[in-house]
Amino acid sequence: MSDYIEHDHNGISVGLVEKKFYTLAVPPDELVLASGARLGPITVAYETMGTLNGDKSNVILVTHALSGDSHVAGYYSADDPKPGWWDTMVGPGKGIDTDRYFVICSNVLGGCMGSTGPSSPNPATGRPYGLDFPVVTIGDMVKVQKALLDHLGITKLLAVVGGSIGGMQVLEWAISYPEIVASAILMATTTRHSALAIAFNEIGRQAIMSDPNFNKGDYYSGPKPDLGLALARMVGHVTYLSDEAMRSKFGRRLQDRDNLAFDFEANFQVESYLRYQGSKFVQRFDANSFLYITKAADYFDVGLQHGQDSEVEAFAKATAKILVISFTSDWLYPTYQSRDMVKAMKKNGLDVSFCEIEAKCGHDAFLLPNERQSTLINRFLNRVSEEEHDAL
Amino acid sequence: MRYDLQIIASWIEPGSRVLDLGCGEGELLSFLKREKRVKGTGIESSEAKVTKCIEKGVQVLQGDITEEVHDYPDNSFDYVILSQTLQQVLEPDILIKELLRVGKKIIVSFPNFSYWSIRLQILFFGYAPKNRQLPYEWYNTPNIRIITIKDFRRFVKETGCVVIKEVDINTHNDDLQGNIISFLPNLRATYGIFLVSRINSTPSHPSL
Repeated sequence: MSDYIEHDHNGISVGLVEKKFYTLAVPPDELVLASGARLGPITVAYETMGTLNGDKSNVILVTHALSGDSHVAGYYSADDPKPGWWDTMVGPGKGIDTDRYFVICSNVLGGCMGSTGPSSPNPATGRPYGLDFPVVTIGDMVKVQKALLDHLGITKLLAVVGGSIGGMQVLEWAISYPEIVASAILMATTTRHSALAIAFNEIGRQAIMSDPNFNKGDYYSGPKPDLGLALARMVGHVTYLSDEAMRSKFGRRLQDRDNLAFDFEANFQVESYLRYQGSKFVQRFDANSFLYITKAADYFDVGLQHGQDSEVEAFAKATAKILVISFTSDWLYPTYQSRDMVKAMKKNGLDVSFCEIEAKCGHDAFLLPNERQSTLINRFLNRVSEEEHDAL
Repeated sequence: MRYDLQIIASWIEPGSRVLDLGCGEGELLSFLKREKRVKGTGIESSEAKVTKCIEKGVQVLQGDITEEVHDYPDNSFDYVILSQTLQQVLEPDILIKELLRVGKKIIVSFPNFSYWSIRLQILFFGYAPKNRQLPYEWYNTPNIRIITIKDFRRFVKETGCVVIKEVDINTHNDDLQGNIISFLPNLRATYGIFLVSRINSTPSHPSL
């Protein structure tokens, strides 16, 4: 996902938020990962917004995508220049209304924004893990989120909401913890990566690993593989956009010049934009985390991991009410993949709704302010919370 | 609510499972959910209408009815509703058989093309009929199937199914009111509404 962080157009915000930490899996009680490896201690960074109600029935867990973090909305301080990554969706009166719901968002396992990942110190050596960090899966990330909820004393989720790789975590939640998840909202996501999606991730990883500074992932005490990570980001960024979005945003316009320069500097605006995105990304993101999170996404396969290679069988375990949203111009996780997952849900008699939103901005559409998406999510949550209340 | 939908709603048993094909903005399903505690799903092709359904708290899938219906297991629903859509379907026979597979009963409503004024238009003027129910020209009409009430009765019989209820009404497209026609309905009714079921309880798989 891209950095579209922007201030709410109406100036409405959840206000100040605070990043908190919880540490679990303290040795000798390490977490056993899907790979069989043991990992601990694990710290998870999380933020909460809104007020938890008396019977703890208004909790919404938001899961983030590749480059997101626990900072979903609000500001860290009064002079914080920018809000969290989904400030346009999460806040008072917004799609996810913090006047009504208690929202939790945590940084994924393997990330670099406060949760344990390859840049965290390895207790065995006292130095950052680097590539000694075990390969983690979407399932492992969700297990850590579950441990956090246990710690917070939350036993029921009104909804789990996520787009892209965040959507994979939502699927994992719905299938692994059906008794906890009342509803699931999935945006621009898939039950498994296509060869195309894996291919672009692999290009990104190769760019990082072939950077002269990579040093087999052990670069924390020296220069970092910034060129490789920036290149990975540039490739990723293209996959989040669309032909139409790039045509209208850049076309063939030149950057700060009237004529071609006959050199290899950024002549075109699109070149300059991608370079800028790449250089901005390396300031805040760890290259190893990029390797680990993209790998987790590539490994994710709902049918294989939960249904003996059958998605229909995998969704037989789910009971949540589900809302699936796709976007017309998303070619990374195209609509047909959403339809396929809806099909498997229908075959199980699940309560599922599906809407394909007309949008020209590609995969990133779910992150951008979109009134239709906000309305769908808001009203769907209304319905679920009413029905949950009636069921009591 | 549209007059034909009011009649359809009155046929639905409380607490049943309902699939509404071409559910529009979810008016019928929302009514059934509220008044009869029905567990309903709609299928609708328009993004804007799908959004309206979700705003009303109605479960809905955006898609093509002839595609979406295949995914449901046999007997998934007590009623499958196809209101004012049959005349726009490319292969109505295949669709109806599929509906009778996923639903125990189906409710079908359609404009009656043998309504007297349509007959007169052809007889006296010689042009393809055009009126308030069928406001299109021959070249831009979505109504590609010419069905009459008698045609549909015969079709149901040939399909090996039974008509449990038939109500023929005189109403216009979006009218909230109308009246039931019992005398010479094929001539005097603008719409036919049928509740149809399989004779035996096992779903009839299309053999086409």
